Amino acid sequence: MSTAAVVTRRPVPPAIRRRRMLLAVANHSVAIALSIMFLLPFAFIVSTALMTNQQMGSLSIWPSPFKWSNFTDLFEFFPFWRYAWNSLLYAGLGTVGVVVSGIPVAYALSRMRWRGRQLSFVLLLSTLMLPVQITIVPLYIVFVRLGWIGSLKPLIVPLFFGDAFTIFLLRQFFMTIPQELSDAARVDGANDLQILLRVIVPLAKPAIAAVALFNFLYCWNDFFSPLLYAGNNPDTWTLAISLQQLTQLSRGILANLQMAASILFTLPVIIIFFFAQKVFVEGVTLTGVKG
Amino acid sequence: MATVTVRPPAAPEKARAVERRRRRRRSAWRRQLVALAFMSPWIIGFCAFYVYPILSSLYFSFTRYDILTQPVWVGLDNYTFMFTSDGRFWTAVGNTAWVVAVIVPLQIAFAIGTAMVLTRVRRGLGFYRTVFFLPTMVPLVAAALGFVYLLNPGGPVNAVLGFLHLPEPLWFRDPVWAKPGLALLATWMVGQTMIIFLAALLDVPRQLYEAADLEGAGPLQRFRHVTLPMISPVIFFSVVIGVINGFRYFTEAFVVSKAGDWDNPVGTPQDSLLFYSSHLYNQGFEGFHMGYAAALSWVMFVVIMVCTLLLIRSSRRWVHYQGGFR
Repeated sequence: MSTAAVVTRRPVPPAIRRRRMLLAVANHSVAIALSIMFLLPFAFIVSTALMTNQQMGSLSIWPSPFKWSNFTDLFEFFPFWRYAWNSLLYAGLGTVGVVVSGIPVAYALSRMRWRGRQLSFVLLLSTLMLPVQITIVPLYIVFVRLGWIGSLKPLIVPLFFGDAFTIFLLRQFFMTIPQELSDAARVDGANDLQILLRVIVPLAKPAIAAVALFNFLYCWNDFFSPLLYAGNNPDTWTLAISLQQLTQLSRGILANLQMAASILFTLPVIIIFFFAQKVFVEGVTLTGVKG
Repeated sequence: MATVTVRPPAAPEKARAVERRRRRRRSAWRRQLVALAFMSPWIIGFCAFYVYPILSSLYFSFTRYDILTQPVWVGLDNYTFMFTSDGRFWTAVGNTAWVVAVIVPLQIAFAIGTAMVLTRVRRGLGFYRTVFFLPTMVPLVAAALGFVYLLNPGGPVNAVLGFLHLPEPLWFRDPVWAKPGLALLATWMVGQTMIIFLAALLDVPRQLYEAADLEGAGPLQRFRHVTLPMISPVIFFSVVIGVINGFRYFTEAFVVSKAGDWDNPVGTPQDSLLFYSSHLYNQGFEGFHMGYAAALSWVMFVVIMVCTLLLIRSSRRWVHYQGGFR
């Protein structure tokens, strides 16, 4: 079949073919130049993380010799695993909260008819526009009164009460599931909760996975809220905070160790990215175009 | 009319109709209750984490309050201080405006540019896309710390600049070069925006380009009259998000300011990195002027609302929606 197609296609005049070739070369060289630009910072950071202390002062860019022990020395300087555990708690429990609370809300907003649905959806969308800083002052005061400052509670508990972005994404996905499926289940005597759990959730697994992933990374990377709520109690620092405060913990800590710590902090995210690349690219596209 | 009520079979039929209507109303009511139950996590969250804080921060914005003692009503003092006597407020506003006016357009232009390069390469699209997107996956704190190191006066970037006999700025140590340093960081992390533009560019129907070719349009005209209108909704979206992000802008600046020494004041060097949120953080959570911080957050709330509304209104004039809806 393909050979037939090639045979019947009109031959391309050499001049045009040469022009196309040149264009392709030009495009690729631009793309390669851009790739180098995007990758260079990674290269510099990794090479710095492998340098010896003496080499840090010099202008050389390539580590010689490679000092792999930076990655183990690092643990003597600060309790990496405790901070990693805090990050994991925040990201893990937060993700559970966001997903568990978001699914029924998204269902009510997409697959049930009731009074006030439109209004609720508009309000939900408008909260998407509001940065955390808008509500931070009174919330901080409330958390002070509850005695929650210096714990992970102010970070995790609010996530059990619905997150606008998650609900929005899930709603967009639920809308695409054919109504006939719910109708059929309803004829069989299923109520809304059963429809949600037995019909919608199984079909929406990819969307739920995407939302969980986004949220996990958001919490893992989050800086402002942990800084605010856990700032003075080192026991509840997350990795993001501790990286920043490395400079405070041991004055004059060297850039090689700091870069090594940054790499350890970033590595899980990059690994997740390579395993779930499609989810990211499609998820971002969905939010951007539909938003 | 009277005859109807006299006719014997009418009564049960009517009763049945009433009964049916009642049952339907009852089931509608039940459905409403079920929906509200499903909605309850968000309803509670919305009231507790949006309605209450926004209203109570309006109250706090008229008080002087340090958390330890009771709030004291001061009327409009916080607002008059903000607009007339707080020099750092205007510095923060100016720096935030710089983010919106320079970094956001730069990011959008660069995102469109890289996305257009991607639409032109046939082979290796997946590879390039991954590479361009990768930086956005780096946690902001790590990225900012990385750039602090890359751009430090004796660091690799200046080594390269020196090798090329170009001027070597002091970047984050120099108030003039600190913000351009952040702009570099923002450009590096453009992947998310780029992916959105890539999807929009791939959605532009090919016939439009062919039609433009037939009418003799050059590449520039094609871009101006076909590509731009077709991707204008995404540009609009990015501008709205960009304005909001300008107000949100905090982590990068904070990390950069404090990277040298934790005791550096927010906004180091010389307040050139003092952005709106940094100022709010500094006032509220370093100085514990909660009343003033609440006033700052209310001004931010109003400005974001006004900006969003203005953008949505103006969008009717310059955003082209395919299919003509909205």
